[in-house]
Amino acid sequence: MEETVLHLTKDNFSEKTASGIALVDFWAGWCMPCKMLAPVIDDLAREYAPRGVTVAKVDIDKEMELAGEYAVMSIPTVLIMKDGEEISRYVGVQPKEIYTAALDKMLAGNVGEAAEVVSPVKD
Amino acid sequence: MVKYTHSGHIQLKVAHERRPFVYDIVVIGSGPAGLSAAITARMRSKSVAVISNLRTGSGLYKAPKVDNYPGFPAISGAELLNKFSLHAAGTGAEIIQGRVTSILPMGEQFGVSYGSEIAAAKAVILATGVVQTSLFPGEEALLGSGVSYCATCDGMLYRGKKVCVVCLSPDAEEEAAFLESIGCEVVRLTTKNIVINGEHKVASVMADGVEIPCDGVFILRPSIAPATLVPGLLTAGGHIQVDPRMRTNIPGIFAAGDCTGAPYQVAKAVGEGLVAALSAVEYLAGAK
Repeated sequence: MEETVLHLTKDNFSEKTASGIALVDFWAGWCMPCKMLAPVIDDLAREYAPRGVTVAKVDIDKEMELAGEYAVMSIPTVLIMKDGEEISRYVGVQPKEIYTAALDKMLAGNVGEAAEVVSPVKD
Repeated sequence: MVKYTHSGHIQLKVAHERRPFVYDIVVIGSGPAGLSAAITARMRSKSVAVISNLRTGSGLYKAPKVDNYPGFPAISGAELLNKFSLHAAGTGAEIIQGRVTSILPMGEQFGVSYGSEIAAAKAVILATGVVQTSLFPGEEALLGSGVSYCATCDGMLYRGKKVCVVCLSPDAEEEAAFLESIGCEVVRLTTKNIVINGEHKVASVMADGVEIPCDGVFILRPSIAPATLVPGLLTAGGHIQVDPRMRTNIPGIFAAGDCTGAPYQVAKAVGEGLVAALSAVEYLAGAK
């Protein structure tokens, strides 16, 4: 398992996310909030890849098809998947703890508890 | 870096002398609260940037007369704001125009993304003004599924598609023109009578009762709601929750002015800006 962030394309997305837990960040170079999130994703790779989580990014500038397939219409969007199925979705930048909490639940086997859709709007 | 001049004196070159890479304090908003905070922070020798949208969108700017701000009877809102702004700039605060899209804690610092830039700060003061409390029907449910607040982030996803742009801020035309330039078909809307329809993604927008089929809606208000800007920020009724020292629930983030609640008055905002700046200075002293 690699400790760096994988860069996924439409050719390897299914294969790399087919089994186990994956966290995928949809981003693009023109998106400043995405750039702000990048060090967080790097941290997650360092901490969670050794524990078996696939931490990956999709550059939607090159992979518009994948963005369409996963209905990503706002970036950054982070998906957490298990065995190829989307469990939770985070639209917009979130603090690192939000992602780690979900990954910890998934690693503990509480997939149901980890399921959530978080968007930046509340009240 | 040490450089020797002709006369043999040693000249010290400081890295990033043009602009500090990490500001001590970034203030979001250039109304009375934000500018007051900037002035006080500069007087405590902190490096300060004030990032805000065009101020011509604010209620105060449009006020023909402000009658209860001490010392300036019957001054116009625009004139008072200009005075505040000149004063803040004169103290050395950097005034930056831009739409702030998100603020993220990054270890000991905060990242503030605006337009196509990122600023880094050790502390942040939110002075974003009167809070838009009511969202359009459908806005929350479809955010990220066709509803967007950031044309520069999400525009490319709508290339060749039809989008509505709800233009409620002075910079909205710029953003709408950007969307057109990258190949979106843009319908500009200026009404606040908006309903967003769609099951799992945006299908249409009702504007003043007229249905416009589209793939996306960009909602451009003068400022993005604080809880949307800062994930995890505690708010009540849309107002940022602060203690008497203008501290929010997130260490290092402070708030002042209309965004913390009524009364929506210049004098209250200026006072809170001062308190927020002093608390930020205190936080910086402790954080070192």
